This record gives sequence, C-alpha cells and structure tokens, in this order.
Amino acid sequence: MTLCCTIVFLYAPIIVLVIFSFNDSRRNVTWHGFTFKYYEKALQNNNLIEAFFNSLSIAFFNTLFSLILGTLTALLLWRFRFSYKSVYEGIILIPIIIPEICIGIALLVFFKLCGWPNDLPWPLNLSKITCAHILFSFPFVAVIIRARLATFNLAQEEAALDLGANHKQIFKNILFPHLKSALVVSSLLAFTLSLDDFVITFFMSGPETTTVPLKIYSMVRFSVTPEVNAASTILLLITIALAAIAIWIQRSWVQEVEKP
Amino acid sequence: MFLLVPIVIISIFSFSAKQGLVDISASWVLDNYIRAFDPVYLSVFFKSMGIAGLTTSICFLIGFPLAIGIASAPKSWKPILLMIVVLPFWVNLLIRTYALIAVFRTRGFFNFSLEWVANLLGIPFEPLTLLYNDAAVILGLVYIHLPFMILPLYAGFEGFNKSLLEAASDLGARQFKIMTAVVLPIMAPSIISGCILVFIPALGSFLTPELLGGPSSQMIANVIERQFLAANDWPFGSALSMILIYLTFGALALRYFWLRRRYFGSTENRP
Repeated sequence: MTLCCTIVFLYAPIIVLVIFSFNDSRRNVTWHGFTFKYYEKALQNNNLIEAFFNSLSIAFFNTLFSLILGTLTALLLWRFRFSYKSVYEGIILIPIIIPEICIGIALLVFFKLCGWPNDLPWPLNLSKITCAHILFSFPFVAVIIRARLATFNLAQEEAALDLGANHKQIFKNILFPHLKSALVVSSLLAFTLSLDDFVITFFMSGPETTTVPLKIYSMVRFSVTPEVNAASTILLLITIALAAIAIWIQRSWVQEVEKP
Repeated sequence: MFLLVPIVIISIFSFSAKQGLVDISASWVLDNYIRAFDPVYLSVFFKSMGIAGLTTSICFLIGFPLAIGIASAPKSWKPILLMIVVLPFWVNLLIRTYALIAVFRTRGFFNFSLEWVANLLGIPFEPLTLLYNDAAVILGLVYIHLPFMILPLYAGFEGFNKSLLEAASDLGARQFKIMTAVVLPIMAPSIISGCILVFIPALGSFLTPELLGGPSSQMIANVIERQFLAANDWPFGSALSMILIYLTFGALALRYFWLRRRYFGSTENRP
C-alpha cells in the first residue's frame, strides 16, 4: 500500500510532465490534443541547441578526465601504502560530502583569484565548468573502481608474474578486463552527473556558456510552458537511457560475483 | 590538492574584511562569523535545520515501511522494485522540481483534479495555494531525497535475520515490542546512515527552496548565493558557507562517534 502510494508520488509528476509535453495548449492544464509542436519549437530554439552542445561537450570531457583521474586514484589507494593514506582518502571524499553550494562558491572564488580568462574561443570557454565537473565526479569514479578492485584476486597477478608477464601485460590482459564493467558504469555515472549538475554550473557559467539545466532553469523562472516540458523530456530520455544501461551492466556484474 | 585549495581560500576569506567593492584583504578578523550569529541569519540557520530535520523525519516515516516492503517482497520482484525506487535519482533534479511545480501550482494538475472532484460533489471550490511556502519546500525535499533514505534501510533489512522476529514472537513479544526491542536496535546503523544521507543534502539544498519556496522560506544556501552574486559580500558569504560545512562535518562526526560507541559496547556484551 505504502509502496503503491510512494511510486505514484515519485513518478506521477514526471509522467504528467512527459505527457503534457505533447499537449497542444499553452495553458498546460487541460488536454487539447496530441502534437509535436513544442518539440519542434524547442529544437528550433538556437539558445537551447547551443546549450545542449555545450552540455554534451562538457559531459564528454568530464567523463574522459574523471575516468583517468578516478582510476589512477583508485589504483593508487588500492595498491600502495603510504603515510597519511587515510587522510588522502578522506580528502577524496570531500566533494561528495560537502554541500554543492559550498563547492560552487569555493570554485567561483578560486577561479576569480587565479584570474582564469573568461573570453576564450569555443572549447576552452567551457574549461571552467569542465574543471568543476571533473572535481566533483572523479571521486565517484574512484569509489566505484575501488569497490571493483576489492574483488580482484591478487593471486591472479602473482600467477601472471610467475608465468613471465610484465606489468604492462598484466594491466592489459588481467586487470583491465576485470575493471571493464566498472569503467563503463563509472563513465556513465560521470556523464550523467555532469549533464545533470545545476548548482555548481550555476556559479561557473558566463553569458556565453550556458548548459541545458541552466537554460531550463531560466525558462522555468519565466513561466511554465509546454516547451519547457519538451526540453525536459529530451534531457530526461537521455539520462534514463544512460541510467538503464548502467543499472543493467551493474546487475550482470552482481550476478557474476554471486555465481562462483 | 586541486580539491583543497578552493576550500582553503574560502576559509581564509571568511576571516577577511571587505574593502571597497572588489578588494578583499586577509586580515584575520572574526567580524563575519559574529555577523553570522546575528538573529536574522541565525533564524535562517535554525529554519534550514528545522526544514531539513522535518524532511528527514518524513522520509524516514515513508521510507521505513517501504524498505521493509521491498526487502520482504518475492526475490524476483526485488530488483524491479529497487530499480523503480532508484531511477528517479538519475533524473535531473531540476526536471523533478519543475514537475512538482507543474503539478502543484495554483492552476496545476493537483488543484485541477480537486476542482473536478469538488464539482462532482457539488462543493464550491477555491484553488489552494500549494507552492511558495515552507510546506512546498519540505514536500520538494522529501520528493528528491526519498531514495537516499530507502536504499540504506533496504540494505539493512536485507542483512536482517528474520528468525529473530519469529524467536521474539515465540517468546510472547507483541508487534510493538518486537519493533522497539528487536528491529530498531539492529537497524539503528542503517537508520542513522539514511538520516544523515537525507539531512546533509537537504540542509545545503539550493534549488528546491529557490524554486518552490516563497520569499520567507529561504534556506542557508540561498542566503549564501545572494551574498556572492547579489550582495557581492564574499567574505560574509564565505563565513556562512564555512559554517554550513562545519555543520555537515558535525553531523558526520556525530554518526561516527555514535557508531563507534555502539560497536565497542556491543563487543563487550557479546558472550
């Protein structure tokens, strides 16, 4: 009973939002017939398209860099013992723990103080936002990769060494296949985190660098129109597709662990 | 180290004085912190903590039976139910908040359905103002943070040994007694984790009060944002956000000490 109510509570607003993005009426409350009009309108909105490309490029670079950084961090924490290791581990988790708004303003002040230029040509003008996104998504990558590394059987590596493999070969043939699913899941997570982030981006963006969430925010502040519904639905579909892939991979991963 | 530098900068800023419009000198004064304890800002802090606390309790009241429900569901259903609960977590925060606005605004779907029901029953209907007040903020926060509560509780129930329940009822304990004497103490670590996971983001939330709240239901995050973007008083904003960070760590430290005490306590009692 509670389950049903909660599911309704969780999903009804989103479903209503999606349904009414097809509604042929500006007032948005009553159903006036099915239309793709607002999707066309949203797709013809140049600002929105630009924001969309910005979001995708930020998400792409963020995924790439946070994957590299996160994996290296996880390997470092897993493999080596060094002094103040637990302190380092704690620091890695800071961006996950402290409120987003604090990270946002801290980075705002940081970039202001180091005099980061604002008017760079296209891919570089997104660098501020991308750096900020890498900062808060690589800890998630590190946590996931580390969890996967914990299930790695060290005897495999020793066996490989005994059989004469060098470290490069071990990484390529043994460690990498083991980590593959975790890498995919964490890159999907990093991509979604970056695509969805509003608060931190809000403090990082300039007039030239809006992302989709920021654009939707300014549209929401203005009014509730089916166009916003349409834009949200597109973003929603992308994230749900990514989430579905990630959850599906994670399930096969869990089954693999349970099997032996 | 890239992580730490910005935080160190704002912690220095928080002790600095404002000079002119843009210049800030690091002068190690406590003025900003003293100003943060001004009744105006103090009330904002208390209000935010109250809102976050209420959100946490409501999430717990909904999440607890729900987690029991999922954990005791047939095995083939569990992954599906879990996925249903977790999926909204992946959906953009902004979109979910916007969806709530669309449903609960004065001319939204909720009022519309109420009006329809009222007309059916022949009762005169006045649209309710559901948004732009504290209740709307709490509703939005509950809506957004519910999965954070359900997941740890569910994980706790999964590891729960169900024969304990049978043992308790065999020994003649009633439902309520079983709940308070058996289930709650064993589940306490998961409950604490869930509460922390809801309380911390709820305390620092910015978007929900910004969009759903009225002018009087601003939380700390909104005040901080205004210090930076509108009032241009960076040192004071830094001081406020440092206090927010301290509160966060305070909550985490409470959990840590509580768990440690409990852990040592239970090993002593173990036969």
